[in-house]
Amino acid sequence: MSENTRTIIIDGEEITVPQDYNLLQAAEAAGREIPRFCYHERLSVAGNCRMCLVELVGAPKPVASCAFLVRDMRGGPNGEPPAMRTLSPLVKKAREGVMEFLLINHPLDCPICDQGGECDLQDQSLMYGRAGSRYGENKRAVEDKYMGPLIKTVMTRCIQCTRCVRFATEIAGVPEVGAIGRGEDMEITTYLEQSMTSELSGNVIDLCPVGALTSRPYAFNARPWELTKTETIDVMDAIGSNIRVDSRSGAVLRILPRIHEGVNEEWISDKTRFVWDGLGRQRLDKPYVRKGGKLTAIGWDEALTVAAEKLSGDASKIGVIAGDLNDTEGLKAAKDLFDALGVKSLDCRQDGSKLGGGPREGYLFNTTIAGIDKADAILLIGTNPRVDAPVLNARIRQRWLNGKLDVAMIGEAVDLTYPYEHLGSGPDAIGALAKKRSGFIKTLKDAKNPIIILGSGATARADGAQVLRAAGELAKAAGVVREGWNGFSVLHTAASRVGALDLGFLPGEGGRDTQAILDGAGKGEVDTVVLLGADEIDTAKLGKAFVIYAGHHGDAGAMRADLILPSAAYTEKPGLYVNTEGRAQLADRAVFPKGEAKEDWAIFRALSARLNRTLPYDSLNALRAKLIEEIESFGQIDHAPGAEGTGSFDPSTLGEAGEVSSEPFVSPVKDFYLTNAIARASKTMAECSAAAKAARATLQAAE
Amino acid sequence: MLLHDKDRIFTNLYGRHDWRLEGAKKRGCWNGTAEILQQGRDWIIDEMKGSGLRGRGGAGFPTGLKWSFMPKEVGARPHYLVVNADESEPGTCKDREIMRNDPHHLIEGCLVASFAMQAHACYIYIRGEYVHERERLEAAIAEAYEAKLIGKDNVNGWDFDLYIHHGAGAYICGEETALLESLEGKKGQPRMKPPFPAGAGLYGCPTTVNNVESIAVAPTILRRGKEWFLQFGRPNNSGTKIFSISGHVNAPCNVEEAMSIPLKKLIETYAGGVRGGWDNLKAVIPGGSSVPLIPKDICDDVLMDFDALRDVKSGLGTAAVIVMDNSTDVVKAIARISYFYKHESCGQCTPCREGTGWMWRVLERMARGEAEIGEIDDLLDVAGQVEGHTICALGDAAAWPVQGLIRHFRHEIEDRINNYRAGKPVFVPVAAE
Repeated sequence: MSENTRTIIIDGEEITVPQDYNLLQAAEAAGREIPRFCYHERLSVAGNCRMCLVELVGAPKPVASCAFLVRDMRGGPNGEPPAMRTLSPLVKKAREGVMEFLLINHPLDCPICDQGGECDLQDQSLMYGRAGSRYGENKRAVEDKYMGPLIKTVMTRCIQCTRCVRFATEIAGVPEVGAIGRGEDMEITTYLEQSMTSELSGNVIDLCPVGALTSRPYAFNARPWELTKTETIDVMDAIGSNIRVDSRSGAVLRILPRIHEGVNEEWISDKTRFVWDGLGRQRLDKPYVRKGGKLTAIGWDEALTVAAEKLSGDASKIGVIAGDLNDTEGLKAAKDLFDALGVKSLDCRQDGSKLGGGPREGYLFNTTIAGIDKADAILLIGTNPRVDAPVLNARIRQRWLNGKLDVAMIGEAVDLTYPYEHLGSGPDAIGALAKKRSGFIKTLKDAKNPIIILGSGATARADGAQVLRAAGELAKAAGVVREGWNGFSVLHTAASRVGALDLGFLPGEGGRDTQAILDGAGKGEVDTVVLLGADEIDTAKLGKAFVIYAGHHGDAGAMRADLILPSAAYTEKPGLYVNTEGRAQLADRAVFPKGEAKEDWAIFRALSARLNRTLPYDSLNALRAKLIEEIESFGQIDHAPGAEGTGSFDPSTLGEAGEVSSEPFVSPVKDFYLTNAIARASKTMAECSAAAKAARATLQAAE
Repeated sequence: MLLHDKDRIFTNLYGRHDWRLEGAKKRGCWNGTAEILQQGRDWIIDEMKGSGLRGRGGAGFPTGLKWSFMPKEVGARPHYLVVNADESEPGTCKDREIMRNDPHHLIEGCLVASFAMQAHACYIYIRGEYVHERERLEAAIAEAYEAKLIGKDNVNGWDFDLYIHHGAGAYICGEETALLESLEGKKGQPRMKPPFPAGAGLYGCPTTVNNVESIAVAPTILRRGKEWFLQFGRPNNSGTKIFSISGHVNAPCNVEEAMSIPLKKLIETYAGGVRGGWDNLKAVIPGGSSVPLIPKDICDDVLMDFDALRDVKSGLGTAAVIVMDNSTDVVKAIARISYFYKHESCGQCTPCREGTGWMWRVLERMARGEAEIGEIDDLLDVAGQVEGHTICALGDAAAWPVQGLIRHFRHEIEDRINNYRAGKPVFVPVAAE
């Protein structure tokens, strides 16, 4: 038995557990289930529901197992190991008592409650409650509180576990949810009944053990047992949150997080959670061609013929731009086809970023997301992680809460939910910092695990390559890349970006990048532009070029397109996505593509046959095999390289040497809720965007 | 034998003399305080332990032992003494008399106790309704600062600052950890224990929370010696104590008496006896509203101390004796107490939040007779489900009066239910004489 463990007796069985376990964890280690409502592994311990009471041998009263540490247990008088009971009559009675108390003022409206079927109160009442109630008085009723467009409240159902309060205060960092009143009049509400100003607010729906906080967009849509559950990967940001897509009869009805300690723990952003209604709107379900200025539905056969005709011309006059939501397989098929055609003007960086081309470490989040838990100094350059990757921001906040972490920022001074030192707004501050001897540069140098997080927005500008070089030089000067620790991290915002960069979906020898393709199209030097779901470009610049849009939503790209090849959205196809850490993750198909839409890779496979450049695979598996054969990292599913390549990685060689401008960094995320075509098609996201705008206006007026 | 005036600690309990520093000094306050401190903190703590003083706030935890739980050495975190002057237990009005008539006893006690646990700062958390008492206490503290009895470089040789915090009038803030939360500016909700305040209290620092009376008696005990204090009362229940006697007595009063005085003697000697004579007594709540009541046959010979009252399944609590004569509607009285606990529950944990309201509603019906006989056992069961299952002791405090009622007056509730069913008046009060 080491110093950190202790042998205790649980229901007569000896077990050795760590000293800092609480009794609830110890009981679980011994295979005992302890019912609980307020306790949650990732929140502080409140100990207020009293459902987890256990009997501590020798103690006069039962204790709340969530709040009592193994370390604090007392042994018997003759040196016996401390003992607890979880199955004794006393415990049974205590649970029944608490259960009865929770139910006396809880409405018995399970038939009309959206939590039904996945309700902790329901389940635990069945397992640990009494058969009936002895309560004959009137039940308490509580007025519902408005909590914004995402969260539906039925506050009479609330059991005051305060999980939502603790989540808002601790994880989301917005202390806007609290309890007012006391005793049986205690009510949970947001401050002045406004929506939470958090990008993570939807997680309180999962946390709520009862039906008090439920999903407003999903209200009365389905029962959990009717839903087909598909475990897949999110594409709203570059984190690659692990999600579960619940669908019924071909429609996605909700999205929930899955637990992945290395990526999203068990949180997802509101965009990830509520974007699903966008999957049913503005969909491209048939191929279209522009005839007489109007898009006209056509068959696939005709569409492929038109596309083949347009693509069989001069390869140097063709440009291809990939968007943010593409799966790697589709990009691979497209790249293979265009390589075969001799097209050099390929670019996956529709935002005009200058990342890629160099070593893989040059564009990855090398510290890994889990690495943030170890960080003691973080410098943010040109990124607002709160909107770029809300889940990652929450992780930084957790780190800040749990230990000493110094954060500094070069870029827009925004509210990150934790304090930071603002070192400047533009890239000139990077060089200035590197030249200094004291201040934050010293903090970085002295830190054990320093991180420099370079936002993708920092390199998506004219001097992006120079900014990258400056950041790399700073990383070298501060020594953030060391043996066993790579503190140079790039935070992407596009889910498909790292996979595409891994593929080398970049301009070839003499090829044009995004900006040059657009410029060329404007001047008439590029006559055919293929947009692979690229909607974040200025389509007005496309000039007279013939635009082929392969994508799934009728957004900016489709509006401008001359030919539309409808493809599948992320919930509708199996796919490989590489997140900002370089972690390849497999997504799965939850529902089938809409109408005649096809998976991206299949479109290019079909097109290749028309162009007599038939691609050497005719199934997704064959394509994946080829992909992995060519680039090994795609085969290492769920593996984040982290500090593996540190030995040969020199950040100061990234980008290009040269002057940087003093123009301030601007976030690539102008409106968090509307960053991509799916989100822009979502009614819920539009409401959130409007609510956030209104909240900002109120705030400004107040100031 | 009654307590002699010479053995009374609070010699200005009735405010007949000068409460200011000058008057207090004449009565012995601040006499030889520096010498007491010079004896060292181990001596002080040993002396307090030896005196057998048990906490006067209700729980009766040995004060000296509590002081000894503080870390021996001051580490990175400072130590604090917090004085609980949030006297809100119905029936209890002893601390207010100390604060307005004998404030220097308390101030001197704060200095001595703080020295014993190496605290340089002490907070007095005073009940919101005690405005006058706060003013008196503030004036007395100003005097003490003026006279350099406390503060930086004072004559007693221990740098010491004393602050008053005025509460907002919540009963729950008298619970020591809720008090600390409130003092920190948060919502007054009790904390989970462990960690105990001696390990992590105010602002996470080692803290001791003591009742006003416990602190105020300390200097006199140290001046006169533990043996002096030990001679009063039975073993394990030593010392003198202020009793607050209210209710159906001819002369309600506060009085300092020796512990273990018979209840009957206490009432008859100091409170002018029960209204209408001892035989008109129905029941007594011997220690503030939270302890179970005891009927007359127990009152006849019970002693007023911790152990004797515990043996009759009640408690000394704050020694606030609430006397009820035969005119009392005891069911209604307990229902009113239940309402108080329902109203003052903080709402943090389930059994208290839900249970207090439930008990009150059932009792209100029972007071009107509108109940079933079987509900009496249900009520007792519900009280048992609250007791001992909550974060703090408010759950126990809400359950005990109900349990006491059913233990001793079940027949009365049954009569009411039967009367109500028979269409008879449910309760006919006996007129007080």
